[in-house]
Amino acid sequence: MSNILEIKNLVVSYGGIEAVKGISIDVPEGEIVTLIGANGAGKSTTLKTIAGIVKPKTASIIYKGHEILGKSPDAIVSSGITLVPEGRRVFANLTVKENLRVGAYLRKDSLDKDFEFVFELFPRLKEREWQLAGTLSGGEQQMLAVGRALMSRPNLIMMDEPSLGLAPLVVKSIFDIIKTINSQGITVLLVEQNANMALQVANTAYVLETGTVSMTGIGRELLSDERIKEAYLGKTRK
Amino acid sequence: MNWITQNLPYIFAGISVGGQYALIAIGYTMVYGILRLINFAHGDIFMVAGVIMVYASATMPMYVSIPLVILTTVVIGVMIEKVAYKPLRSAPRMSIMISAIGVSYLLQNLALYITGGLSQRYPTIPAISKTVTFLGTTTKVVTLVTPVLTILLVTMLVLLIKYTKIGIAMRAVSKDFETSQLMGIRINSVISMTFLIGSFLAAVGSFLYFTNYTGVTPTAGAMPGLKAFVAAVFGGIGSIPGAVVGAFIIGICENIIKGVGWTTFSDAFTFALLIIILVFKPTGLFGEKSTDKV
Repeated sequence: MSNILEIKNLVVSYGGIEAVKGISIDVPEGEIVTLIGANGAGKSTTLKTIAGIVKPKTASIIYKGHEILGKSPDAIVSSGITLVPEGRRVFANLTVKENLRVGAYLRKDSLDKDFEFVFELFPRLKEREWQLAGTLSGGEQQMLAVGRALMSRPNLIMMDEPSLGLAPLVVKSIFDIIKTINSQGITVLLVEQNANMALQVANTAYVLETGTVSMTGIGRELLSDERIKEAYLGKTRK
Repeated sequence: MNWITQNLPYIFAGISVGGQYALIAIGYTMVYGILRLINFAHGDIFMVAGVIMVYASATMPMYVSIPLVILTTVVIGVMIEKVAYKPLRSAPRMSIMISAIGVSYLLQNLALYITGGLSQRYPTIPAISKTVTFLGTTTKVVTLVTPVLTILLVTMLVLLIKYTKIGIAMRAVSKDFETSQLMGIRINSVISMTFLIGSFLAAVGSFLYFTNYTGVTPTAGAMPGLKAFVAAVFGGIGSIPGAVVGAFIIGICENIIKGVGWTTFSDAFTFALLIIILVFKPTGLFGEKSTDKV
């Protein structure tokens, strides 16, 4: 299968310090690809660079065969890439429905089908349609953040730590939803600290360490890798 | 009852002035809502609208002058943001505020240069300068037109912000720049829109305000600008209904104080009010608590 996204030699620096030191990632179309790694490994920076809100020092980002580096965030959204930001970042002063509408900001066609799709995926949001997003629980806000991203009808959805700060049961349902979204033909690029869950759903996984890719492989195979177990799954070597 | 009848002219004047302050105050409060910036140049944009009107009406008929003044004021307002504020967007908030003060002095001195510092006679706009008798009180048409026009414009603005796409985008941007960008919202056009609306309302306010005065001076924007700013803070800066309510309260109180015979203290009242609000309720009447999270 062809790659929907190819990142080559991405270097990003913040005030002279390199946060990402030349990573290359391929995202095959229709798959779930995960980036795992500790804090400060450069995972979020990578996603923000793809979304166009962080400018890299050097890189080549090919999406569907075209270079998207240097394009504005709105051009990237309308080409079919969306990012669910870390910490959910729903608009607390907007209602649930308005949040979803903002997600479809660049679209000019009818949104009825998309509202239906999102509400089917998250019935809780339907119940709270007119509530301000700030009054939702953490899990509901995460659902809203995902729903909002889906409203742009993406081909590639990037998620930054969707399980962060959520109860274990909610985390499980978020991962179920990731699989559901993927089964609709949407490619998923997932950044996670919850390596255990991420590796279970991912087809391909990249392990990032201090700005470089230290390992790559099939999600389930990495689950049983000793080095991964030791570093990210909380199991010590006997 | 007798007291009301006697003071009716002052109450009318108060409502009218309140409406004029409201039109200016919205510019302060909207820009603050989006950029967290007190646009110190806003009162001077209002003055510039007055000066342009003086020169436009000298050579052109009213039906050309009025739209021309509105258009030029809006262009100036939007350009100021592009030139003086946009390059400083990621700078500390203090820098952009200092830039605003700089623009304020620039506009005042430009006006001083053009007008020669003399008070320029403000033209009579026939439609709103006529005298009418209303409820037994003789007053200018503008006194009655102002509150109606203000409420009309504010209602339209509130509907725009509540229901249109750009309105939802404005609310989104006021909460979170980066996430708004992720949604595909072009931050720059939303900010330009905010300055456009603020300058438009200031231009409308300038017609209503200067009609009551004989002339425009380069510092004519300072006092109404400050009063409108106090109104915005009083109502809760960032809130549009707050700015409008605050402006009407200040306008009416000032004029009642004048009616009682304490004209000397009417300005002092407004600024004393500012101090009292800042001490006891810094968020104002309708202001939201600051929710700066990490």
